[in-house]
Amino acid sequence: MAGFAVLLGFNLLGLVAEHALRIPIPGNVLGLILFTASLFLRLVKLEWVERSAELLTRHMMLFFVPFIVGTIAFLPMLRENGLAIIVSLVGSTLLVMLVAGGVAARVGRSAPQEPVSGSAEESL
Amino acid sequence: MNLQAIYGHPLFGVTVTVGAYVIALKVHGKRKSIHPLFLCSGAIIALLLLLDIPYDSYRAGGDLITFFLGPATVALGVPLYKQRVFLRRYFAAIVSGVTLGSVSGIAGAGLLVWLMGGSRELMATMMPKSVSSAISVEIARQAGGIPELAAVLTVLTGLLGSMVGPALLRRLGISGDMPIGVAIGTSSHGIGTGRVIRDSELQGSVSGVSMALAGIVTSLLFIPLYGWFH
Repeated sequence: MAGFAVLLGFNLLGLVAEHALRIPIPGNVLGLILFTASLFLRLVKLEWVERSAELLTRHMMLFFVPFIVGTIAFLPMLRENGLAIIVSLVGSTLLVMLVAGGVAARVGRSAPQEPVSGSAEESL
Repeated sequence: MNLQAIYGHPLFGVTVTVGAYVIALKVHGKRKSIHPLFLCSGAIIALLLLLDIPYDSYRAGGDLITFFLGPATVALGVPLYKQRVFLRRYFAAIVSGVTLGSVSGIAGAGLLVWLMGGSRELMATMMPKSVSSAISVEIARQAGGIPELAAVLTVLTGLLGSMVGPALLRRLGISGDMPIGVAIGTSSHGIGTGRVIRDSELQGSVSGVSMALAGIVTSLLFIPLYGWFH
């Protein structure tokens, strides 16, 4: 439960940051950035949050179910724009996959194969 | 008995959703080809239509469930932190793959909707769909799109990527845990990650990291776009 409290705290912090700083990044994402930074800075210990985080990410799908159910209200719009949605969905998904994978493979070839401390530092 | 009072109580939506989810997971365990999210949502939709329960009644409980997307998004920081050694080694490759992949996804989705004569509202809904739904839903909302539709399109994107992704990438000569993980995580977020982690734990972890990074990169890329949408 302590882990859940920490995650909620960072979620709230993200929301506060979104409103206070007027940054157009969702509060959830700002919370994620602040939380990750805190893990690296060791302000938050991994063992505090590991179990709660694992539970939440493993069941992330559950939290989307009401959104999917909500589509019954959007069926007319889905049908109206059916072709545009299908073409854009299939086309852009394949595009992302090929560009992301292709670029990562190409750039990754120059990465050090062993985690040698010196060269690993350079790649940062 | 006043059935509307029961349907409109948050307990109804929460119980139905959690119950359907647990059953869907069990079915998925026996028949891998059935996607739990589709089965679960489909069953709830069928129930609502059958009993003539308005969506707004179900939503009283549904909103309590979607609330957890917030802390779940924050929790993505944990896999990102745990894979920091591998992430550091392939930092340049992962960041450039995720960034260029996200840029082409946003541009490609927007361009295709525009070419097909879709509205600006539909563009705002479709452009962020490759990132984790918690983030794509929020971006779509801020850009003036339709959050519920964005969630569905995000899930369909994830399904498509997880079904055709690994085979397609192999056929095109893109192999290795790192590039496949980056491609799947950037394009198909959590659903793709859940698929590749069954083949290889390393692929799964790179995919998880890429999914989190793609969420951050896409959020940042959308900052200049919000002005254009409003």
